[in-house]
Amino acid sequence: MNTTSGRRLTAAALTVVALATATTACSSGGSTSAKSDDGTYTVWDPYPQFAKDSAWVKLLDGCGSKAGVKIKRTAFDTSDLTNKALLAAQQDNSPDVLIVDNPVVSTLAEAGVLTTTDDNKVDTSKVEPNLLAAGQSDGKTYGTPIGANTLALYYNKDVLKAAGVDIAAIKDWPSLTAALDKVKKAGKKGITFSAIGTEEGSFQFLPWFWGSGAKLTRLDSQQGVSALSLWTGWLKKGYAPNSVINNTQTTSWQEFASGDYAFAENGTWQLANAEKAGFDYGVLPIPGASGGNAAAPTGGEFVTVPVQGDTGRYATAQKLVSCLTSADNLYNTDTTLSYVAPTSVVRDKQVAADAKLKPWAEAVTSARGRTSGDLGTKYPKISEQLWKAVQSALSGAKSPQDALATAQSAVK
Amino acid sequence: MNRTAHLPDRPPALDRNGPATAKLPARTAPRRRPRSQQWAAWAFLTPVTLYLVLFYAYPLYRNLDLSLRHYTVRSFVQGDAPFTGLANYRTVFDDPTFGPALIHTVMFTAVCLFFQYAIGLALAVFFNQHFRLSVTLRALFLVPWLLPLIVSASTWSWMLNSDSGVVNAALHIVGIGPVNWLTSPSWSLTSVIIANIWIGVPFNLVVLHSGLQSIPASLYEAAALDGAGAWRRFWHITFPLLRPVSAITLLLGLVYTLKVFDIIWIMTKGGPADSSTTFATWSYQLGFGNLLPAFGPGAAVGNLLVLAALVFGLVYLRVQRKQYAS
Repeated sequence: MNTTSGRRLTAAALTVVALATATTACSSGGSTSAKSDDGTYTVWDPYPQFAKDSAWVKLLDGCGSKAGVKIKRTAFDTSDLTNKALLAAQQDNSPDVLIVDNPVVSTLAEAGVLTTTDDNKVDTSKVEPNLLAAGQSDGKTYGTPIGANTLALYYNKDVLKAAGVDIAAIKDWPSLTAALDKVKKAGKKGITFSAIGTEEGSFQFLPWFWGSGAKLTRLDSQQGVSALSLWTGWLKKGYAPNSVINNTQTTSWQEFASGDYAFAENGTWQLANAEKAGFDYGVLPIPGASGGNAAAPTGGEFVTVPVQGDTGRYATAQKLVSCLTSADNLYNTDTTLSYVAPTSVVRDKQVAADAKLKPWAEAVTSARGRTSGDLGTKYPKISEQLWKAVQSALSGAKSPQDALATAQSAVK
Repeated sequence: MNRTAHLPDRPPALDRNGPATAKLPARTAPRRRPRSQQWAAWAFLTPVTLYLVLFYAYPLYRNLDLSLRHYTVRSFVQGDAPFTGLANYRTVFDDPTFGPALIHTVMFTAVCLFFQYAIGLALAVFFNQHFRLSVTLRALFLVPWLLPLIVSASTWSWMLNSDSGVVNAALHIVGIGPVNWLTSPSWSLTSVIIANIWIGVPFNLVVLHSGLQSIPASLYEAAALDGAGAWRRFWHITFPLLRPVSAITLLLGLVYTLKVFDIIWIMTKGGPADSSTTFATWSYQLGFGNLLPAFGPGAAVGNLLVLAALVFGLVYLRVQRKQYAS
């Protein structure tokens, strides 16, 4: 009896040993392949739409050969990238260059995943301060924007003409609502946007929220409630379709592209699709509550250099980043991505080449980073409560006042 | 095999415990064989054990560990999250989402199971009649099961769209006003339940249909001779004889339904205003649905789900043991 249980024990122990060696072999294999300086540098980006033969990948390879290294590029879906980057950092397996959506930068910086521009020597002096702010926290900068986009109102000129709306008369919320009313009376649909229960929903609501004068540090202010009441009122009166509650920015665009809608709140990246829509369109900055242009949130990605065990890699990573964000390359990249350049020099060149970008260039200049103003990692929590409040109010579950009050108390 | 072969050797070996060292050579010869066979047995067992440990035990352990520590993004990366005991569970229980999520999970699971089973059984009995084209029709009923969930869920969400959905268009023809299937807090849970029932019926149909085939036809003939009608035959022959199959169908259905995530996430994201949030979507929302992941509470919610499935699994085992005993 004793001997059998003993045998069992040894076998179990052997299994454990085999397991342990297998796992350690795995992990050591993984880290050595990433860490040993074999002249291969890894780049992660959120542009899965760009295949191997695209201009973007050619640019990456070009920058690699200029720096004398080989580039291994992996493209992720934007929503996947945060967790992938965190996991990689946990395994000490971070990419050398990480291109990531701007509101994520402060989260990754908080996690200690990113190096500051003081450490990696990336030059950010030419970048517009309002765009760079999204990548800053506690006075440190964690990357440089590769391009910027933001939100504005696309309008369908045919629909507005049929409804007798003069676009020049739209200067603030009351005149916009009046225009929507005219459109509805003319038998067309008013406005479409995205109020889905994700970051996209908050992104789309922010121009109205900021346009009312409200601040993210206090969601249930009088102004904040007025912004949410504006949206709720549009839904109640039928100026906006009920489906906005589940619309992503893409589905909202599809509604606008059907040609029935007068207005759509959407981003710079839809410009190419707008050309294909088959009707005459215009772009209008989102108006503030009582005139002027509302600040829209900045979109677009930051090029960052994650922390490495081998600090010798930063020099080459810096060369890669400088190459990717050099004036010529920025111009090409931002044109492909349909983004506005983050530096005034390149932006002027873009506007000179394509006059349609002018309203977008203006919108980007007055845009505001979501994590700016030292919100940093507080922003994600605020944003989640904000989109929940928007959903509650639009679906009629709560009044705008109650919804925002609940949101504010949940943030605290 | 080997156990029976070597059993006769064992008792004498035990007898010889103390005194008989002289007989040692006689003892070693028969003993060598079981040892090598034991090793072979372990060798066969190792791949399975490795697989189970790597893909079941370790992830479960990690999930438990995640739920017992206070993780921030920083401590997640550096791996020095402090142990906080049940603090994450307390956070989850105190969350205003907990109550609604629990009610929705129970409602979703119960209503889906009931209708999936009832419709599946009705269809199984129907297709058991072997009429013309019954095989073809039955195969067609499997389509919802074969479609990737992303396809069926997206299709459902288009069909149920408030403004351009085909369901509201059909209602309009009949003269009923539009229903905000996915965007009204009072309808969203119903909508995802309907979609999930549609997806779950084929599974019930297939399993129950195969269960029906094992009921001997002679029983029905005898009952018919005794003058039992169709209804009586169903309640007194089909239903009781199908009980073991029903039990396993319901248990599997329960486990599948408890963890349904894709359909709800694609159709409503658990919204609007948490009106279709279940534990599965809530867990995902906490861990991955935000720019700033809350791994601890997310893992805690996931563990609650695992626990629920485990409890029902044990209940099933118990019921089955009773059935065998009787």
